[in-house]
Amino acid sequence: MRDVLGIIVCNMHDDLVPQLTSNRTLGSIPFGGRYRMIDFALSNMTNSGIYDVGLVPSKNYQSLMNHVGNGQEWDMSRKNGGLSILPPYAGERGVYRGRMEALYGIREYIKASDAKNVVLSDSDVVANIDLRPVIKQHEESGADITLVYKRSEVFREKKQCAALFFDECGKLLDLYLNPELEGTQNIYLDIAIIKKPLLDELIAECASKDEHSFVHSVLMQKKDVLNIRGYLFDGYCNKLTGLRNYLDSSLALLNPEVRKSLFPAERPIYTRVRDKVSAKYGENAKVSEALVTDGCYIDGEIERSVLFRGATIEKGAKVKGCVLMHNTFVGEGCELEFVITDKNVVIPAGTHLAGSEKYPLYIPKDTVL
Amino acid sequence: MRKKMLAMLLAGGQGSRLYALTKDLAKPAVPFGGKYRIIDFPLSNCVNSGVDTVGILTQYEPFELSQYIGNGQPWDLDRMGGGAFVLPPYQRNTGRDWYKGTANAIYQNLRFIERYDPEYVVILSGDHIYKMDYAAMLEKHIEKGAAVTVAALKVPLSEASRFGVIIADDEGYITEFEEKPANPRSDLASMGIYIFSADKLSKYLTEDEADPESENDFGKNVLPNMLEAGEKMAVYAFEGYWKDVGTVDSLWEAHMDLLDGSDLNLYDNNWKIYSRSPVMPPHIVEAGAEIKGSMVTEGCDVGGKVERSVLFAGVTVEAGAEVKESIVMPGATIKAGAKVYKTIIGEKAVIGENAKIGADGGKVTLVGPEAVVADEATVEPGAIFGKEAVK
Repeated sequence: MRDVLGIIVCNMHDDLVPQLTSNRTLGSIPFGGRYRMIDFALSNMTNSGIYDVGLVPSKNYQSLMNHVGNGQEWDMSRKNGGLSILPPYAGERGVYRGRMEALYGIREYIKASDAKNVVLSDSDVVANIDLRPVIKQHEESGADITLVYKRSEVFREKKQCAALFFDECGKLLDLYLNPELEGTQNIYLDIAIIKKPLLDELIAECASKDEHSFVHSVLMQKKDVLNIRGYLFDGYCNKLTGLRNYLDSSLALLNPEVRKSLFPAERPIYTRVRDKVSAKYGENAKVSEALVTDGCYIDGEIERSVLFRGATIEKGAKVKGCVLMHNTFVGEGCELEFVITDKNVVIPAGTHLAGSEKYPLYIPKDTVL
Repeated sequence: MRKKMLAMLLAGGQGSRLYALTKDLAKPAVPFGGKYRIIDFPLSNCVNSGVDTVGILTQYEPFELSQYIGNGQPWDLDRMGGGAFVLPPYQRNTGRDWYKGTANAIYQNLRFIERYDPEYVVILSGDHIYKMDYAAMLEKHIEKGAAVTVAALKVPLSEASRFGVIIADDEGYITEFEEKPANPRSDLASMGIYIFSADKLSKYLTEDEADPESENDFGKNVLPNMLEAGEKMAVYAFEGYWKDVGTVDSLWEAHMDLLDGSDLNLYDNNWKIYSRSPVMPPHIVEAGAEIKGSMVTEGCDVGGKVERSVLFAGVTVEAGAEVKESIVMPGATIKAGAKVYKTIIGEKAVIGENAKIGADGGKVTLVGPEAVVADEATVEPGAIFGKEAVK
C-alpha cells in the first residue's frame, strides 16, 4: 500500500521497564526467544503491505539500528521508500517529550510522503495485527483518526493506560488516562491511523503551542471537533507495562492459542536472522513447556521457560519460570526460579537464584556472577 | 578489477540413490543437519574462503534450488561485481545442449567465466558435507606452480576402490590417476574439487569438447589428458570431515555423526555455515515431551518422545509419538502414537496415528517428501516409500 506511511516511535514508554531499557530502546528489548519488540510493529506493516516506514528513536538506539539494518529482513530494503531510520539531529531537541514532538522532528519526512494516511505505532505491543481491515474501516467510515484498541482491564501498573469511550455511532466520546475503573474497558494500543494532511496540520499546531502529547493535545482536546473512531482488535495482544508483565507475556507464549494468534503461517513475524545451529539436547535433558531457540544447548531440567539464542543449560541445572536471553550460561547444578537474565549473563555452577512470579529477579546484561 | 578466483559449483546432480528424496529435487538442495541444505556447505566455504563470485550450474529439477539460492543474500553473495549466479543450460547461436558431463557443463559456461576474467577457477560439487578453506588450497596451487590442483582425502586402502585414486610423487605432484581401481595403489581419493589456472581450464575444456569420443568428464577425460600433455598437476591433501551423502544410508550416518559430535564443527563462529532461514518462531516443547540427544530446529512443536534424532524446521511430533534415531525433514508431521525408528522422513510428509515406521536397530527406512502414511499403517524397515511408492 503505497498510499499508507508507517511511523514507529521507538522510545515511548522506555520508563516502564527501566531495567531492560538501560542500554537499549524499548523497541530493541528481546522478546520471545528470537525477536525484538519492534519486530511485531515492523512485521505488521510488512504483512499489511506497508513498505514505507519511518523509525523514530531518540536515544540508546545503537542496538536498534544494529537490529533493523536496512530493513531487508522485513522486505523494506526498497529502492523507493522502504525503511528510514530518523534519529534526532543537531538543532532538534534530542529526547522528545511526547509523540507530537517526535513527529515534529521528522515533519519534513512526513511532508515529503504522498501517502493519504499514516499509521502511527509504538513498539511496546506484542500482537500480530492485520492493518488492512483497520485502514479499510478508517477509509470507509470517513474517520479523521482511527484508534486501535483491545478489550481488557485497566493495567495493574496504572501507567500510560488510556481507556476509550465511544458514543452509539462509534465516535470517540471520552478518554481517561489510568482510570480507577473496574471491569473490562476499551484500552488504546497506541496504534492510530490518521489522515496525512491532518497530521501535517496537527504537528505544526502542536509545535506552535509547545504541546507534545498525541493523547492530550490531539485526542483529548480535539475529540469534539474531529471524527475519531475506534477499531477493536480481538486477537492476542500484550502491551508491555513492566518487568512482571514482561515475564507474564513471555511465558504466555507457551500457550498454544497465544502462539496461534501471534505466529500464523500467512503473516510471519520477521526478525534479523543470525545463522545458528539447531538447538541441541544432551542425554540428561528434561524439558517441559519451554520455548527454545536455535543455538541453545540443553542438558539440564527446564520447566515453563523461554530460552533465547545460544543459551546453555548444563547438566543437573534446574530452570523454572525463567526468561534467559542470548548466550546466558547456566552452570551445572544451578537452580533458577523466576529469573530474567539479560544477554551474556554467566551463572556459575551451583548457584541458586530465585525471584517470585510477581516480582522476578532481573540480572543485567554481561553480568558474570 | 580482475578476480583472483571464481567458483563454479556443479549442482545438476540427480542423486538417484536418494530415491524419493530427489524425485522432485536436485541433490544439492536436499536438507541436511537441521537447518541446512547440502549446497550450503560449498557455498559457505566459498564465502569463508573469500570467493565472492559463484556460478551454480543446475540442470536437474532446478526450481527449488534456484529459489533457495535467490540473490545469494543469506551467504553474503549478493555482491556488486560478483555474487551467486544460477546457470542452467542455455541456447547459443551454434545450438543448444543439456550439460553432457561435468567438463561440458563448465565448457558451456566458459563465457560466464571470461566475463570475470579470473586468474583461477575452483570447480566444486554440491554433493558433499565438509568444511574447507579454498584459499589455502589456492596458496598451495600457486606455490606448486601447477596447472591444476586436485583436492584429495586419505581413505582406508580397502575403501579406495570406490573413488578416483590419485598416485603422487614425494613432492606432491600427480603421476597417475586410477578411476575406481580393483586393487588401489594409493589411499588418496579425489574429492572432485579442482583449482585450475584459468587459461589451462579454457584450453583443455576446448580440446575436450573437440574430441567426439570424450565423455566430457573431469575425472575420466580432462585430468588424464592434462597428465598426458605433461602439465604440472598437484595434489592438495585435505584433512577433516568429508562425507558423501549420496545414499540413504550415508545421509542417515552423517546425521548420526552430527549428533555424536563428529569432526564437523557447526559451531565455529569463524567458519559459519550459512543457510536461507525459514521465518518461524522458536520451537516449543510441550508438557510431557521428552527430548534427549537430539537436535531440534525453530518452528518445531514437540509433544512426544524424541531420542537421538534431528528435527528440521517446522516439524510436529504429537504427544504419544516416538521418534528414535531418525531424521525428520522440514514441515513433516508425526501424529499421536506413531513410532518412527531409524528413518528418514521427507519434507512435509505425514505419518498417521499409531503408524509404525522402520525398526529399532534395523535397516534405514525412507519415507519420501509429502508422503502420507495412513493411520495404523506399518512400513517395514529398509523400505523406500515415496509419494507414489518409489521402488
